[in-house]
Amino acid sequence: MKLHLPRLLLGLTCLLIAIWLVAPTLVVVPMSFAGKKSLAFPPSGFSLQWYENFFTNPQWFGSLVVSAKVALMVAVAATVIGTMAAIGIERMQSRAGGLIRAVLITPMIVPGVVLAVGIYAVYLDTQLVGTWTGYVLAHTLLAIPFVVIAVGANLAVFDARLEVAAASLGASRLATFFTITLPLILPGILSGALFAFVTSFDEVIVSLFITSPQLKTLPVQIFSSMTRDADPTVAAVGSLIFMATSLIIGLGLIFGTRRRGA
Amino acid sequence: MASDTARPPWRGPFLLTLPALAVLLLAMAVPLAVIVLRSFTDPEPGIGNYVWFFDTKVNLTVLARTFKISFWVTLCCVVVAYPYAFAMSVAGPRLRLLLILCVLVPFWVSGVVRTLAWVILLQDSGVINKGLVWLGFDKVKLIRTQLGVTIGMTQVLLPFMIMPLYAVMRGIDLRLLQAARSLGAHPVKTFFQIYLPLSLPGVFAGATIVFILALGFYITPLLLGGPQSTMLSTLIQQQVLSLLNWGRGGAMGVVLLLATFGFLAAASPFMRQKYRISGGSR
Repeated sequence: MKLHLPRLLLGLTCLLIAIWLVAPTLVVVPMSFAGKKSLAFPPSGFSLQWYENFFTNPQWFGSLVVSAKVALMVAVAATVIGTMAAIGIERMQSRAGGLIRAVLITPMIVPGVVLAVGIYAVYLDTQLVGTWTGYVLAHTLLAIPFVVIAVGANLAVFDARLEVAAASLGASRLATFFTITLPLILPGILSGALFAFVTSFDEVIVSLFITSPQLKTLPVQIFSSMTRDADPTVAAVGSLIFMATSLIIGLGLIFGTRRRGA
Repeated sequence: MASDTARPPWRGPFLLTLPALAVLLLAMAVPLAVIVLRSFTDPEPGIGNYVWFFDTKVNLTVLARTFKISFWVTLCCVVVAYPYAFAMSVAGPRLRLLLILCVLVPFWVSGVVRTLAWVILLQDSGVINKGLVWLGFDKVKLIRTQLGVTIGMTQVLLPFMIMPLYAVMRGIDLRLLQAARSLGAHPVKTFFQIYLPLSLPGVFAGATIVFILALGFYITPLLLGGPQSTMLSTLIQQQVLSLLNWGRGGAMGVVLLLATFGFLAAASPFMRQKYRISGGSR
């Protein structure tokens, strides 16, 4: 009995924390079906008009398309550049590698607004404000650390002797990379790519500075809608993103466990 | 074994990191250099912008508040994350997966939308206040207050505290606790003399990350806060976008940057301990 009370307390505490972590995420789902244009909770009435608004209003749907395109380009660019860097760092033992790794991770630490103001200043001078190049460059910077960390973690458990073995059997360096190294570090690369996509898709601070009325990303559109009025379309967007992510993660879990079972 | 992989000269691997370093130079180093430069040259050369910053009461108030809110958020994160991470480290595989899932769910919706959820919950007629009234308490002003900002920021930053803590706690050998108990130590004493010191590297690592991220927070304080809870990031944005005063905004940015990296440098000796311990236990 003496042992059970602390365990019960711990369980209760964790339940409360879990609710506190998850509840704010789930609040947006009922909000998205609100009947009236208000953000009061619980919502009154039921309608699908906010979803309809999202898909038919070019302001909303256009920004989703922009965000998806930018995030795809960023995922490709950051994954290629970040994977190369992670491999380079892994092969440079000693201090130089650690130093470069630390440098490449700094974009995660620099305060968002300071970085955004600096990028905005440079983009004003180089006419990059509100351009595809501008978004992709800034988001790639922010995504590279995630790829370097994900691929680096994978490389740390990768047995480098396999490469030596392949080379000793006469494989060229390129063949070794594509047939030995790449398949083995693929999980790290894929999770890096996913992180890169999400980083770009979710980025708001830098985007707020370098946005233009013609080329707006989804988080910027959400932000400006939130500061303007109480529009439940925001909740509809949030619910859609939540459902899409749940679907992807759910499929990943099923796929992952099935592969482990096989 | 390591020397086998180092067959290519040092330059080969360095070339692989060049594209990443180029992106860093173009999109981070140059912009930050421009900010530093402008803080000393705009509108006129000299340290005028810094003199202005430290001479204006509002700025110092906001700077102190930024540190204060970040401190409270970090403290709340430690207190909330500690039991949670502990439960994660001792739970069975299924329960652990569930607990990890709860940590990750907040990342499934966009950060801005998550803040929207807090606006809904914290508003004067929101669920929390309705619940308080229902329980017979008075309404508490949450939105546009520092309390509201702290609640929202703590929830957003909590995963950054839980994950490093969990990583360290997972490596703690629980048999040490059994050993202490079997030698007659009281559970409380066992916790404070054995478990807590072993978990401290995780606390330091998580607290450092949370504090640094909190210092630069922008969206949450902006949407949940009011004039009485403005943080430094908002002030920088106002100087640059509303007042077009690049020099003053730049000086504020440099102050925030120095505070962030200064704190990181001060905290890094404590974080390094983590690697020593985890390296030793392997």
